[in-house]
Amino acid sequence: MAQITLSNLAHSYLANPTKDADFALKQMDHVWQDGGAYALLGASGCGKTTLLNIISGLLRPSQGRVLFGEQDVTTAPTAERNIAQVFQFPVVYDTMTVRENLAFPLRNRGMDAGYIAGRVNQIAQMIGMESTLDRKARGLTADAKQKISLGRGMVREDVNAILFDEPLTVIDPHMKWELRTQLKSLHREFGHTMIYVTHDQTEALTFADKVVVLHEGRVVQMGTPEALFETPEHTFVGYFIGSPGMNLLAAEVKGDHAMVAGNALPLGAAYGTPQGRIQIGIRPEYAQMTAGEGLPARINRVEDVGRHRIIRADVAGTPISVIQPEGQPIDASLTHVRFAPEKINVYVDDWRLQGSAI
Amino acid sequence: MEKTQNNKAWFLVLPVLVLVAFSAVIPLMTVVNYAFNDTFGKNEFFWNGMGWFEEMVQSDRLHAALGRQVLFTAIILAIEVPLGIFVALNMPKKGFWASFVLVLMALPLLVPFNVVGTIWQIFCRVDIGLLGHTLAALGIDYNYTNNATDAWATIIVMDVWHWTSLVALLSYAGLQSIPEAYYQAARIDQASRWSIFRYIELPKMAGVLLIAVLLRFMDSFMIYTEPFVVTGGGPGNATTFLSIDLVKMAIGQFDLGPAAAFSLMYFLVILLVSWVFYTVMVTLDKQETK
Repeated sequence: MAQITLSNLAHSYLANPTKDADFALKQMDHVWQDGGAYALLGASGCGKTTLLNIISGLLRPSQGRVLFGEQDVTTAPTAERNIAQVFQFPVVYDTMTVRENLAFPLRNRGMDAGYIAGRVNQIAQMIGMESTLDRKARGLTADAKQKISLGRGMVREDVNAILFDEPLTVIDPHMKWELRTQLKSLHREFGHTMIYVTHDQTEALTFADKVVVLHEGRVVQMGTPEALFETPEHTFVGYFIGSPGMNLLAAEVKGDHAMVAGNALPLGAAYGTPQGRIQIGIRPEYAQMTAGEGLPARINRVEDVGRHRIIRADVAGTPISVIQPEGQPIDASLTHVRFAPEKINVYVDDWRLQGSAI
Repeated sequence: MEKTQNNKAWFLVLPVLVLVAFSAVIPLMTVVNYAFNDTFGKNEFFWNGMGWFEEMVQSDRLHAALGRQVLFTAIILAIEVPLGIFVALNMPKKGFWASFVLVLMALPLLVPFNVVGTIWQIFCRVDIGLLGHTLAALGIDYNYTNNATDAWATIIVMDVWHWTSLVALLSYAGLQSIPEAYYQAARIDQASRWSIFRYIELPKMAGVLLIAVLLRFMDSFMIYTEPFVVTGGGPGNATTFLSIDLVKMAIGQFDLGPAAAFSLMYFLVILLVSWVFYTVMVTLDKQETK
């Protein structure tokens, strides 16, 4: 086990990348702490899988270095890196039994038979497949196959890291929950570094201690689920995380006030007079429809999602979402929207501006 | 609205039935007719029962031809299947060269059978053929017209040249259907090259490979044109395979009765083996979906 360092790393699938857009991964420096449980979150095509394949050695980066501990493994083949990886779609060896499948990575490394048998039973118990150990893998359902893939990923104890590439895409919802919980307890038990790629925020937020958000080949924020929610460093994090995502409104900011469509709005901190494209961001959870306080807003529709109701409204033509607390009536008297000042974030050209206390 | 129940749709297959009757059933019945009758001309037929069949089953000539046929089919399968797989494994997977190699591989399959025979007949001639003359010039005593071993070697090499492509192309199709993730997982599991072949590539190729073997079996078991053009079944009877023998018997000697009985048995053997293959294939398929 080791800390994984990405130094000056960038990757392009083109032979001679020239402009920024040619790179699937923009230049980055990043450290994955030993024993951490990370989620790598981002929209499809943002470079998550590319990054994962660079770490596991399936892909050689165009530039930069990959370090495991102090050792440079940029050019080392996958086998030498001692990494386990689980793929999006189940990969099983059809003609082998479940038991042989689980034992395969150990057998290839020449472990002794007694150890293999014990370890395979342990893993089988964990993924709940003890009763099917002697069946051929070919006839199993997709989620059983994916459980085998997960099991094969975890069967080695001495791996440097376990990488998961959206492993639960094909699994039933109730099974997803169970497996995620098992992964988490496994992480606590063995302390492997785990990197979990997903585009599902719930999955990311429940699995990981630290979530890394990737956007257009760039790491835009790494932080705890709470930090991602409260203080998104980039507007992408704001609207990608949360359901619905953060409201963004064009504004002018001066000191501790913002002007939105001609209306003054108090902020929770002082920001001076920032230049550029200024937006304020507020989570729907911290907005509230009122009968007169705040910005004038027009309600377009109300969606009842069970736990709460989401009001879709617009402020001077910009659509916003508001989560109305339960039990509060919604009627025609609600003509304004109030934002909790301390929950407003200010963005300059999509990046968050740190305010100073008032 | 109530659905009317009748079987009039049956009439829609009538045209096909008539066509098939003329193209296949009636000619086949003629053969059946010959097989059970004897004639001395003038279109007079005498019932012969199983006579021709008994004669054919006991015929040394047929046994020898069958032996040669089985040996030939076994040899070309033993060469073409492994060679085809080997070629497929080494074909480029994408890019310009993939298309180029595909076209190159398909070429022998596009050459008409008698042309293949003619090409090799000339290619191997000792007096003017490129290969035959070269071998002779190297001091190798090679002559497919009077040496049985040379004749066999020529025909086998020709068949391998002509048909390995088919096995290779089918295997290649099987290989191309394997997702990249399988190879990545194998690298992470530290599987050896042999393990990758044994546990990933071969199982994925099994289906198409079985079809390839079936096609090559049927085709080689019925081979006629190419050896007929190259050796005419000689020297002696060394390369007289079943269908060559059959034609000699039917058209050369005009022994229509024995030839008809022979061809019916020939047909049944191929049908039987194909059925066995088919059953094995379906069973494998079932195992897969179970």
